[in-house]
Amino acid sequence: MPQESQKPEKVYYFGTCLMDSIYPEAGLAGLKLIQREGVQVIFPREQSCCGQPAYNSGFPKEAQKVALKQIRLFAENYPIVVPSGSCAGMMKHHYPLLFEGDKNLQRVQQFSERVVELSEFLVQSLDIQLADRGQPIKVTWHSSCHALREMHIIEYSKALIRQLQNVELVELQNEHECCGFGGTFAIKQPKISGTMVADKVSDIRQTGAERLLAGDCGCLMNISGAMDYQNVSIRTQHLAEFIWERTHAK
Amino acid sequence: MPNDTGPNFQQNASRALDDQQLRKNFKFAMGNFILKRKQIFSDESETEQLRQIGNTIKQRALSQLPQLLERLEQNCSRNGIRVHWAETTAEANQQVLRIMNANEANRLVKGKSMVSEEMGLNEFLQERKIEVVETDLGEFIIQLNDEKPSHIIVPAIHKNKQQIADIFHQKLPDTPYTEDVEELNAIARRTLRQKFYRAQVGLSGVNFAVAETGTLCLVENEGNGRMSTTVPPIHIAVMGLEKVVERLADIPPMLRLLTGSATGQLITTYVNMITSPRKPGEKDGPKEVHLIILDNGRSAILSDPQLRQTLQCIRCGTCLNHCPVYTRIGGHAYGFVYPGPIGKILNPQIEGLKKAGELATASSLCEACAEVCPVKIPIPQLLRRLRNESYTSEHLATVKDGGCKKNLMETIAWKGWEIINTHPQINAIGNKIMSRLGARLPRIGPLKQWTRYRTAPKLAPKSLHQLVDEEGIRHE
Amino acid sequence: MSDSSRDQILNRLHAAIGEQPQVIPEPADLPQESLDRSQKIEKLKVLMEAVRTEVHVIENQDWTTVLKDILKKRDLRTLLYAPGTPVGDRLQEAWMQESDELPELVTYDGDIEDFKEHLFGIDAAVTSTVGGIAETGAVILWPDEKEPRLMSLVPPIHIAVLQADKIHSTFSEAIEAENWAQRLPTNVVLISGPSKTADIELTLAFGVHGPKELIVLILHENR
Repeated sequence: MPQESQKPEKVYYFGTCLMDSIYPEAGLAGLKLIQREGVQVIFPREQSCCGQPAYNSGFPKEAQKVALKQIRLFAENYPIVVPSGSCAGMMKHHYPLLFEGDKNLQRVQQFSERVVELSEFLVQSLDIQLADRGQPIKVTWHSSCHALREMHIIEYSKALIRQLQNVELVELQNEHECCGFGGTFAIKQPKISGTMVADKVSDIRQTGAERLLAGDCGCLMNISGAMDYQNVSIRTQHLAEFIWERTHAK
Repeated sequence: MPNDTGPNFQQNASRALDDQQLRKNFKFAMGNFILKRKQIFSDESETEQLRQIGNTIKQRALSQLPQLLERLEQNCSRNGIRVHWAETTAEANQQVLRIMNANEANRLVKGKSMVSEEMGLNEFLQERKIEVVETDLGEFIIQLNDEKPSHIIVPAIHKNKQQIADIFHQKLPDTPYTEDVEELNAIARRTLRQKFYRAQVGLSGVNFAVAETGTLCLVENEGNGRMSTTVPPIHIAVMGLEKVVERLADIPPMLRLLTGSATGQLITTYVNMITSPRKPGEKDGPKEVHLIILDNGRSAILSDPQLRQTLQCIRCGTCLNHCPVYTRIGGHAYGFVYPGPIGKILNPQIEGLKKAGELATASSLCEACAEVCPVKIPIPQLLRRLRNESYTSEHLATVKDGGCKKNLMETIAWKGWEIINTHPQINAIGNKIMSRLGARLPRIGPLKQWTRYRTAPKLAPKSLHQLVDEEGIRHE
Repeated sequence: MSDSSRDQILNRLHAAIGEQPQVIPEPADLPQESLDRSQKIEKLKVLMEAVRTEVHVIENQDWTTVLKDILKKRDLRTLLYAPGTPVGDRLQEAWMQESDELPELVTYDGDIEDFKEHLFGIDAAVTSTVGGIAETGAVILWPDEKEPRLMSLVPPIHIAVLQADKIHSTFSEAIEAENWAQRLPTNVVLISGPSKTADIELTLAFGVHGPKELIVLILHENR
């Protein structure tokens, strides 16, 4: 059981670039979930992107500059909660690699150590207890690759879903397979990426779920775009927004 | 100019994706491999321990590679195995030819060897009127059909039994059409026994070469490798120079990792350890054993401490089986000897980025390969590095053709991205303009590719930054 | 010239490693369990049977009697054996006592070059083994002058005789206990089952090149 002492007084919140422009409601929901547990949330105004797009595309210098900007903004010794397995993985595991041999390395490492993904934070540090107020619903869950293989936090996300009494979780057949997003991969190899996401959509459809949940906006944007394109009317939603919707008093 | 630009990967991949039979064959086979690996490595912590051992053994071997190769040469020579060194595949081919000519040999049987594929040995020898027969069943099938392997462990996995039945019926004399797998195997056995019987030279690859004892280790299930290395009077083994390990004691863990990862087996049917040619008094085994050690760009890879990890590979093929891209397009689409994730990091380093650099873009960096690699090669990390090598300035590059993809468009785009993401005011304005434009954004460039399979993302009317402001969240 | 290729390659490798190569610590030892004799027999048997080996544990009994029963069920003309080995000599003795309905014993006469035609027509062979590996299920053969390499490969049936006290828990243990690194012969083979392939649609088929049947006789004297 998590210790009460693990619960911090203040945390930073890193809203990610995709949440900022495409899924702001989900970003806000994650933030409110933390606040509701009595933790003060700080949102550094000048934050932007973790730098992963450039880092993955072969432009580490540009990624470094953007990363350093964030590192400066999150200077105090508070946990940095990130509502994305992929951005969290970038900041926690790849920043130290990105700055290998750089004079800022030590500072970067101190930053990376504080990064924690939202689901893990809610479960491990806050021991959050969810009271479901929503109608019965059948949902399915997509694991993002980096949440799964870098952050190893999928069990926390699922534990949160299972806390919701009226929610039935049906798992995908190929839950561990990539949805085909991969950032610029979707642009550089459109047909391969398109086939991957089409397969993901078929997998989602065969579950009979009304809604697809995920913890990463990149995957959500990819999968919802493909479902929309194919006229599949299954709603997609970030886990944080789903939980907030179902648990807060209107 | 195929030499300069390499194969057209996108076109090949596209054709593969449209081939429903091919996709079905791969999906079935890869799913099966994943399951079998999972069963054999069911104890996660033990597997992790084992992978760590594998990683250390290979890293240790690479950190003293020249010494180990010299020691291997010394011990092989002492045992009577003749060692040859080849800088290039052309030189390795010449060495095989020279050995054959010196023995007036014109019939060669082959056990499975990816290095011989890398050498293009079959074509080279056939042009010189030498009969070359692949004896691994999968290799035999595709050789009959004049194809290349589509997988490094199961080379004919892209074919189903109907297709194989057709090949046997058409290419082997007096062979009736049959889809019965037992019968197809019996046909291969009959045909190939004749070949083993008559061959003057047997050629094989090497899974591990032990420096300490001068021993060549080969694993297999069929027995064709043992046939090729025991029946003909001459055995030639070809190996990439990274295949050497330090001690005999390294072999048991490496074997467990190799067979578990490759086929989900605790051990293969045969583990064949060859330490010398036939000794006086012995009644069989080759009278001459030759070992050809091939470089072909590997020594250059060793010089970079990060890229060096590529050379840890033991060719188990498990990264192929777990790769969502490989599973969908199969091995041929890559256009190079080594397909899949390992091919994406190996080919660009051997062939250069101009020819093979595009392979590095064909990954979503999902990390499925890194998760299962028995020697823990960080393949996604090396893919990022190769992407960077493509765009870096020529003088900073370490990989062949480094900087070949550098172009103004992408340079400006990423510089622009950097400026936007380090200047909050510009970012905020940009976001506002984008959200106003919304669905009216022109479908060009990246968005054009995106919308071939999906609708365009819809930008929210208010950004998270705005919502946070409205909620009065603290900023400091 | 391959001599110069050798030097160039080695020079490049030395340069790549640099003056002060990275020092990588020794790998950890493989986790292994220590088994008693009956556990080793059981584990080897279960694992080898799982890959379609026929395993007979023969306790305090003349193994040639069991072998004769096995052979009588099959219609074989010739059985290759190795005189001058304990297994071969015992076999010969047993055949002299009684060989009705049994295959004719033949020996590996001459070098492979002269014996090839005959060898490829033989129905079965009996060899000894130097040990077994419980952990993965395999027998270990060190072929020699008396028991050539192809005995265990060319005939469609291979019968291997294994002394129960020679079964090691693991491969590592076998290598260490018998000091392999100092005394490796021309060839060592580990064999876990009959020859097999799954190259066509991953459908298992046996006997593609080597023996279609592997029969292991484990001799267990526990009196």
